[in-house]
Amino acid sequence: MKKINILILLIIVISLFSVGTVAAQGGTDDISDDEVNAIAKQLFCPVCENTPLDVCETQACKQWRELIRLKLSEGWTEPEIKQYFVDNYGARVLSEPPAEGFSLLVYFVPPAIILVGIVVLFRAFKQWKDDDDEINALEAEASSTSTGEATNPDEDYLARFEEEMRKQD
Amino acid sequence: MLPSLGYGILVITLLVTLYSVGIAIYGESQKDAAMIESGRRAMLLTLPLITLASAILIYLLINDRYDVEYVWSVTNRSMPMYLKITAWWGGQPGSLLFWSWLLSMFTSAVTLRKWDRDRDLLPWVLVVTGITLAFFISLNVFFENPFKLIPAGVDIPLDGRGLNPLLRHPGMIIHPPAQYLGFVAFTIPFAFAIAALITGRTDDRWLKITRRWTLWAWLFLSLGLVLGMRWAYDVLGWGGYWGWDPVEIAALMPWLTGTAFLHSVMIQEKRGMLKHWNMILIILTFDLIIFGTFLTRSGVLSSVHAFAESEIGPLFFAFIGFIFVFSFSLLIKRWADLKSETEMKSMLSKEALFLLNNLLFLSLLVISFWGVIFPLLSELFTGSKVTVGPPFYERATGPIWGALILLMGVAPLSAWGHSTVKTLGRSLWKPAIASLIAPIWALAVGITSWVAIGGFTLIALVIAVTIREFWRGARARSRRSGESFFTELWKLMKRDRRRYGGYIVHISMVLIGIGILGIELFQTDTQQHISTGETIELAGYSLEYDRLDQFRHEDGRLITRAELNLSKDGEFIEVLTPRFDLYPDGQPMTIPGVRSTLVDDVYVILVNWEGITAESTPFKLYHNPLVKWVWIGGYVFILGIVVAAWVDDDEEDADKKPHRTRRKRATVQ
Amino acid sequence: MTEENTPENTAPNRGMPLWIQITVWTVLVALLVVVFMGLIRAREGNVQAGAETESFDFTMPLFEGYYYKDAQEVSLTDLRGKIVVLNFWATWCVPCQQEAAELEEAWRFYEPDGEVIFIGVDYVDTEPEARDYLKEYDITYPNGPDMGTEISQAFRIQGVPETYFLDRDGVVQHVQLGPFRSTDQIKSIVNSLLAE
Repeated sequence: MKKINILILLIIVISLFSVGTVAAQGGTDDISDDEVNAIAKQLFCPVCENTPLDVCETQACKQWRELIRLKLSEGWTEPEIKQYFVDNYGARVLSEPPAEGFSLLVYFVPPAIILVGIVVLFRAFKQWKDDDDEINALEAEASSTSTGEATNPDEDYLARFEEEMRKQD
Repeated sequence: MLPSLGYGILVITLLVTLYSVGIAIYGESQKDAAMIESGRRAMLLTLPLITLASAILIYLLINDRYDVEYVWSVTNRSMPMYLKITAWWGGQPGSLLFWSWLLSMFTSAVTLRKWDRDRDLLPWVLVVTGITLAFFISLNVFFENPFKLIPAGVDIPLDGRGLNPLLRHPGMIIHPPAQYLGFVAFTIPFAFAIAALITGRTDDRWLKITRRWTLWAWLFLSLGLVLGMRWAYDVLGWGGYWGWDPVEIAALMPWLTGTAFLHSVMIQEKRGMLKHWNMILIILTFDLIIFGTFLTRSGVLSSVHAFAESEIGPLFFAFIGFIFVFSFSLLIKRWADLKSETEMKSMLSKEALFLLNNLLFLSLLVISFWGVIFPLLSELFTGSKVTVGPPFYERATGPIWGALILLMGVAPLSAWGHSTVKTLGRSLWKPAIASLIAPIWALAVGITSWVAIGGFTLIALVIAVTIREFWRGARARSRRSGESFFTELWKLMKRDRRRYGGYIVHISMVLIGIGILGIELFQTDTQQHISTGETIELAGYSLEYDRLDQFRHEDGRLITRAELNLSKDGEFIEVLTPRFDLYPDGQPMTIPGVRSTLVDDVYVILVNWEGITAESTPFKLYHNPLVKWVWIGGYVFILGIVVAAWVDDDEEDADKKPHRTRRKRATVQ
Repeated sequence: MTEENTPENTAPNRGMPLWIQITVWTVLVALLVVVFMGLIRAREGNVQAGAETESFDFTMPLFEGYYYKDAQEVSLTDLRGKIVVLNFWATWCVPCQQEAAELEEAWRFYEPDGEVIFIGVDYVDTEPEARDYLKEYDITYPNGPDMGTEISQAFRIQGVPETYFLDRDGVVQHVQLGPFRSTDQIKSIVNSLLAE
């Protein structure tokens, strides 16, 4: 009788262990779709054309999302998962180029060009204004309407009407 | 026989077009009006020819002629009639033919106008439009023949492959045509600009002639973009409407320069300035259109929209190289002739603010262009592929859109020639106070995002300023004339259509802005597996899962359809029915269940990650605040352009102006 | 058209400034060159027979249990002197499954002699699924993931499955796009390379 008791005890203890491992594997069920999507949204499908990973419907994408789920359940953080994807599939899975090396250009060139444009524009303004100040100095008396000279009749009318508006405000 | 006939007609059209170009050039060199006239008539002839070829293609499409490769690739027996017709532009060869047909239509319309005053421009307009038309027809004739038969010896398939399910939607009827109309229509102002450069007629004539063309072209370009957004929202099941995909950007770039152009031509007309700049803008717009078309059809870029790769790449590249080099050389040659007539007086004058507008739009262009081309550069120089996606564009362009909205609020108050901080301030302070409603409301409602608060405030400012413009004008007039406010409002809009139409367009833009701010900043979503009877909750709404049905449609689709009861605060609203369609060829399509109000959209889809069963059905639910305003803005936009472009007196003929002026003066007195 | 207030235009009648011309031409030419190269690349297609692989200096990590002579990674230069059968595959690729058994059978035929080496390159895949696949088809030849898609980019594959046969000098001699029809098909290609 005692031997059977020990056997039963042994069986119970062993089954407890296996239940334990099963529970650990069931960990992925705790990760919600929303958590997976939060990361998948920031990644692009490595094989499809320009499709974000959270909406891509191919078999491959499903696998990748499940991979994200698995990694999350193992406690990986978002940056770690993203890095994993980059290591495995290349930089193009990220939604924008990493800020290093050649890719730095993508971030620096547009502001540089825009800056050049601003400089050109303001220098042109200044040039025009300087030319204009000269002219103004010569024509101080001539001008009567402060709303500017019109070069066509419509503007003349509107200029007058604007005068009237001001009087009414 | 019909396919060969169709192809033959295309060949003839190509020859006719080349003849028109050739005889126009020769006739111009010989100063022979009869030759040029012959060229004009030849150009006119292309329209009935291409129409006939297109009609043949459509006939083949609706009659299931699968011996023709194109018909097989874009139709199948289960497609309804309207889709078979729209399959005309469903694939590369057909859509190129569609492009040629539209171009021929516009060219004919231009050819039919009265040329008496502009005889010198005519031959060159013929040449530019002719070369462009010849190019597109050549693509069909030499590389992508829509009438090509399936290989000899192969049995005629019993059924076609059919269009990608994503394209089987009413959006297919209007989005591509609108987009192409926009692209093609800009050829005309471009042709006149080039003609003006070649002939040395660098005055305003070319602008006046093409003003309305530009407006309509811009209308269609803008509509194409909005319709594309609507279609994406409806069928993609991504709860989104714009992905900064290369093809989308290819359509956006000419819109950016086109909008800049639209504004800066006003400076040239009113102040005689910026002639160089307007030339640059129209050349850029046309070049970007051709370049964008090339990018999306040659396989150089990867995109969800891209057509299948094809042979047209090299010829397209040659054409692009040619027009870039040609237009720029011409510009250099005539640079000195494009002299300004007045100078900028003040930095707050309307012309200065318009220039600022141009700077902002061109900045958007630089960002978009660089972002589109960068993956290619990265691959060529480093061998590694990268993706330039939404985060890049949103971060870079966000502030610029904001600045543009601010500008829309301030510029209408600025005057041509001269404005000071004082005069602007005087006009601005009242609407500015009124616009404070926005941040107050936002904070009261619990919005803390400063981007949202700032955005809504600027939008409120634009609305306040614009409405005030209408109000002031109509009120002043009605006081004078004694007529009712509304009569005067009507007359006001009639009198200066472009200005008030433009104001309506500005309002439509900020309405779209309201929608975009809502969905971009406040969208929430959730994805859950539930079984029948359970409920998902989001943003105060509850969706109770009622039932799941699966059935086969008569056209072979396997349809999985869920019914969900939408409620808010315990009150039932309506039943939403998202669907998942599986087409016989294995292609899937997700159709959302949507409930849309002015305040928000509730948007739910069936998610097909691992199969759909009633015990564990995956749903994705989106809450999209304010998105309906994007579509409302679209409607208002159309209204605005119609007002601005409504054909009234013939504005091209300056002779009539003095009469009108006298009448106006009489009224003012 | 214009008038009183401005004396004839104050802007001098000059042509386009030289610096603008130079800048624009440079940018234009650069753009055209870049686009041209992109176009060539788009039309290039995969690596063809006759191509040399000396410049392909990547080292591929191998899945545990699928090592090559106990080495955890392998590079093509290590394999000089042998015939190499390089097979690109993925678990989400249905046609790949059609040839899995044939490839393994051919491998078992050639393995004892040591003249031929089969290598499986797992393209853009997930490790758990890859292992299941390898177990299911009882694959024993060296297999590893294509980290960062370096190898597939080097060979410019257009899809999976694709198989590249390299001779003893590392020159591509034969390319198979799509699955093999039979083990004999594989053998006949390898035999012709062994014969050289």
